[in-house]
Amino acid sequence: MSNCTSRRNALRTFGGALAGILGFSAAKTAKAVVQKGLVTTSAPKGYDPTKHKWLMGFDIDKCIGCGSCVDACKAENGVPQGPSYFRTWIERYIIKKPKPGSGDARGETIVDSPNGGRNGFPPSLVPREEILKSFFVPKLCNLCVDSPCVQACPVGATFDAPDGVVLIDPKYCVGCGFCIQACPYGCRFMNPETKVAEKCTLCYHRITRGLQPACVEVCPTEARIFGDLKNCAPEDPIMQFIAKNKLQSLKPHLGTGPRVTYANMDKEVR
Amino acid sequence: MFPILANAAGALPHIDGYVYPNEQNLLWSVLIVVYPYITGLVAGAFIMASFVRVFNVKALEPVYRMSLLTALAFLLAAPLPLLFHLGHPERCMEMMLTPHLTSPMAMFGFVYAWYLMAVLLLELWLDYRHDFVQWSQQHTGFKRFLYNTFTVGVRDVSPAALKLDHKMSLAISIIGIPSAFLLHGYVGFIFGSVKANVWWGNVLMPIIFILSAMVSGMALCVVLYMFITKVRGEKLDIKCLDVMGQMLFYALVADAAIEALDWIHRLYSAHEEIHVLKQLASGKLFYTLLILQALLGTLVPLVFLGLGQVFPKKISAAARTRIYGVMAALILIGVAAMRWNVVIGGQLFSKSLRGFTTYKMGMAGHEGWPVAALLVALPFAILFVLVKLFLPQNPPESMSPAPSIAPATPAPAS
Repeated sequence: MSNCTSRRNALRTFGGALAGILGFSAAKTAKAVVQKGLVTTSAPKGYDPTKHKWLMGFDIDKCIGCGSCVDACKAENGVPQGPSYFRTWIERYIIKKPKPGSGDARGETIVDSPNGGRNGFPPSLVPREEILKSFFVPKLCNLCVDSPCVQACPVGATFDAPDGVVLIDPKYCVGCGFCIQACPYGCRFMNPETKVAEKCTLCYHRITRGLQPACVEVCPTEARIFGDLKNCAPEDPIMQFIAKNKLQSLKPHLGTGPRVTYANMDKEVR
Repeated sequence: MFPILANAAGALPHIDGYVYPNEQNLLWSVLIVVYPYITGLVAGAFIMASFVRVFNVKALEPVYRMSLLTALAFLLAAPLPLLFHLGHPERCMEMMLTPHLTSPMAMFGFVYAWYLMAVLLLELWLDYRHDFVQWSQQHTGFKRFLYNTFTVGVRDVSPAALKLDHKMSLAISIIGIPSAFLLHGYVGFIFGSVKANVWWGNVLMPIIFILSAMVSGMALCVVLYMFITKVRGEKLDIKCLDVMGQMLFYALVADAAIEALDWIHRLYSAHEEIHVLKQLASGKLFYTLLILQALLGTLVPLVFLGLGQVFPKKISAAARTRIYGVMAALILIGVAAMRWNVVIGGQLFSKSLRGFTTYKMGMAGHEGWPVAALLVALPFAILFVLVKLFLPQNPPESMSPAPSIAPATPAPAS
């Protein structure tokens, strides 16, 4: 090295290197933006996501907790086995009678979901005469309008599709898990095999081909109601469901704007 | 009252009450505890150093370079726990190359690079430039090559050049303080911005992280200064220690006040999650939150460091030294516990607010405690090398910044 290198020159070299890195980054970002437009999902060629708006609703009074939906989801989507990986699951709520003389309207609430409700539910440990009421609540991705998971993803691997589905690009996910922490509903998990975040896609590969999601398909009581809000007649099940029920969503106070709606939901449900 | 039914039908043994199925196993392990701990030490050590430059606290001169080197050693190790934790570490550069701008985590690479390249390395280089030139003349062989490389070919050590170095270094120090706040405030924001998690989602989180970072970094400087001085058989500068103790005390007062405010606010406003948080504090986090963090890591040091402030003359220098050492060590443990309580504690309860899960540190795998322990030890190993290279036992005349402006020509080889 020569003796006459000045700090200015040295700084200039560093600055140049830094500018180079930033320029490279800008180029990659531009490429990613272009890629976004051409992102490959499991949709068939010719599917236009801007022409659809998918929605799922649940009628809690109709769910019998059989677990067919959970089983169908695991099979259809290759969801890892084991009791802590679910794209959809069922919770059983048991609300006990208040203790005599307590003056309470209701007793304590007991919630369980053995193996996500996949094998149905064993008889409750609470004696029948102590139970005030009991019901099942199916859960899946809430299809938030302002998804905290999408906001949190550091690389943009998870994104809002124009048709209302929140999707993950498994080839882009770095597996940091921030989206899983950001989901208030516990709908995401880290796939132990692929090491990327995973969640319900409403069976994107099916709905984009005119089929119903697997869980909806197998539900014996029509507790899961699914439809396309941009392409439906007033007599379609989803429109009837919206028109005839008083609807609620989960944790509305968080401002995530969950689009998944529940009919006949009790206040204990979280 | 919060309903818990242990051993509900089909419940797993490590679950109390109900947790969403996907939450049963903790996602962010002990590695994510190590990460904010190390980053906090960086920010704190840097702020300790900047007291010398920016606020001209002359008494801290003996620890100026040591603090900067400490910050560098820990900063170099800081991204490793994150990298080890990623599901796809080979894709890590995507965070910098195609950042998703609404994600606080996407800022990591930029904040880190800014702090490392624009602040810490630049400040160190400007401060050491004169020495590099000198040392490259004094040494032979590999060391000569090394010091020569570090000069980056800039060998001008005229008084005017050194004066400019000093000026630039001051400017970088001034930029460095908000940068250090940014570095760790951003880590706090990663947790504070998670509205889904009632334990994390809190506007005070970045401030708590910054204050606890300052406290832990200063405590580390105290411990390291005492350790290095003892190993080298040098005499401790009690004036320097007193000032460090004073700074540590005031930082701890601010930290304790804000963290107390957080709890007071939570208890008083008593949102729906308060029952869960109370159970968490008195149950799964009892030892790490109430004993380690609050009692041993905060209250005890507050009392003892406070006594030193109130009765400075009644406590002998030897006793003060011992107090500083022990209290700094306690603070370091307390802040580590605080990181644990935030990261692990925030995942121990269900977002359904109906139950708790359990975390057991594993042994095997890249997320086990041996790896975590290695990652905590690594910055000390880096620091050992840095101290060997850049903190000579008999410091040359140019050690302190003031006289470094004086010599007109490069000092001759000793």
